[in-house]
Amino acid sequence: MRSYWNQIWPPLVAVIFFLGAWQLAVSVFHVPSWMLPSPGDIARESRGNASGIWAHTAATLRLTLIGFPVGTGVGLIVALLLHLVPWLKRALYPLLILSQNVPSIALGPLLIVWFGFGLLPKIVLITLVCFFPVAVAAMGGLAQSDRIMMNYMKMAGADKWQIFTKLELPGSLPSLFSGLKISATYAVMGAVVAEWIGADKGIGYYMLLQKASYRTDRMFVAIVIIVLLSLVLFALIALLEKWLVRWKPRKTS
Amino acid sequence: MTRITDAKHEGAVGSSPDGSRGWTGGGQAEAEQADAEQAGTTRMAGPGGGRTEAEQAGAARIAGVPPALEVNSVTKAFFHRRRETLVLDHVSLKVEPQEFVSIVGPSGCGKSTLFHIIGGLEQPDAGTISMNGKPVTGQRGEISYMPQQPALFPWRTIEDNVLLAGELKGGPRAEARAAARHWLDKVGLGGFERAYPHMLSGGMQQRAAFLRALLAPQELMLLDEPFSALDALTRSEMQRWLLELWEENRRSVLFITHNIEEALLLSSRIYVFSGRPGSVLHTVEVPFPRPRREEITESPEFLQLKRQLSQWMREEQAKAAK
Repeated sequence: MRSYWNQIWPPLVAVIFFLGAWQLAVSVFHVPSWMLPSPGDIARESRGNASGIWAHTAATLRLTLIGFPVGTGVGLIVALLLHLVPWLKRALYPLLILSQNVPSIALGPLLIVWFGFGLLPKIVLITLVCFFPVAVAAMGGLAQSDRIMMNYMKMAGADKWQIFTKLELPGSLPSLFSGLKISATYAVMGAVVAEWIGADKGIGYYMLLQKASYRTDRMFVAIVIIVLLSLVLFALIALLEKWLVRWKPRKTS
Repeated sequence: MTRITDAKHEGAVGSSPDGSRGWTGGGQAEAEQADAEQAGTTRMAGPGGGRTEAEQAGAARIAGVPPALEVNSVTKAFFHRRRETLVLDHVSLKVEPQEFVSIVGPSGCGKSTLFHIIGGLEQPDAGTISMNGKPVTGQRGEISYMPQQPALFPWRTIEDNVLLAGELKGGPRAEARAAARHWLDKVGLGGFERAYPHMLSGGMQQRAAFLRALLAPQELMLLDEPFSALDALTRSEMQRWLLELWEENRRSVLFITHNIEEALLLSSRIYVFSGRPGSVLHTVEVPFPRPRREEITESPEFLQLKRQLSQWMREEQAKAAK
């Protein structure tokens, strides 16, 4: 418990210091609140306007919770397919890397043209931003099996499927989870961007509304909610990792 | 070197003629073992005990029972930057059923390559491998292997690690689990069945890796410098442990080591390898009776053999340095 606290307090102090400096700067330099509201203003606003924003939060949460599994699922399937079919990997892996030079978010308007304003284009957009970290991490993990263990499996007469299920797959879990954690934060971001492009509810839509009326304080409330959503999703993945990769020695620090 | 048979010193050691091992049979053989131990004689590895090693080996030879492993004139070269390096040069050796055979040689003598060839990971350029009279050149899954590092699977508990080889071959699970429990207890890993490998010390991990090889369904065990990563004290403890365990449960073993004393203590026969390209320089029949105790390492005969082997090794190292 004590060591846990030792880890927590330095960033906590940093955040409190930052918020204090922000509050002080706004009041000392008389910054108008439509340009930069103080942390106090934002806190007050979030309490006062709570009812309206929860519906939007729920919509974004729902979108994220559909998009994230679909996106990571696609990433996993791509990784497994390319891993198990080596010639496919040779052919497609370079293209996969290249494809990441296309900014997925810039494809948003195109997706609207192709798929309309419903759920589908938003899911596709989230999938586009989510699948890549998972696919690359999973493929890396699968390909980096311990050589001695691999030799052992081969000498013991393990077939390809046994090598995959008993060595490569469990060995790739730590790497896979680092990809999943990145994707979790990307998924929330993807959902918000999808709502910017075309939606009638959600945090992204709420931000557009508030922008139109220069309610900067409410935009900050939205940002705080987005951060919290990302953190919760990240924490859930980390928890799952802790349970599934419980065999890994703890870092001694 | 003459072969001084250690037959008359042997206790009751035996196994069923088909080479199957007793411990998977469970309760009864164990009870017999316990009785035998109390009576101060060597334990039996299985039913049909009472014959001596030499009688058995002799009978086997006369009856034409083929060796557990026969490496016949194996040659292997590697290509690196278009230059051919000969690694193994007409290596021939054999391991009789229930015999402990060692290979000693300078580093880079191709011992690991030989293991890879026997294990089927690599094809020899020339020569053949056969086990129990059956040609198995380039075939995998015929041997039970213990690598230099324990290489236990970190996501498996100790018990599941020990069961791995059997699992790959697909045997009855419940029986295998019971046998694993029994053996873990026996080698001092009782209570660690559900622990993960990183929680164990190096010596304990090595014992678990040895059990994984011992409980594998394959008869022939290949041990690749299993103790080289351990500190000196743990190492000599593990040597004693292995000696005792092997004398109880005769398996056909091919053992690679750098350590001459270790080879003399454990084996019935030692192949001394030359430096690169690896080939068999000398074959030494080790004359000490079994069951062996560590005290033999102080006998004049042992020291003399050790001196002889050390000298051969030094000559090889010197040649390699030139």
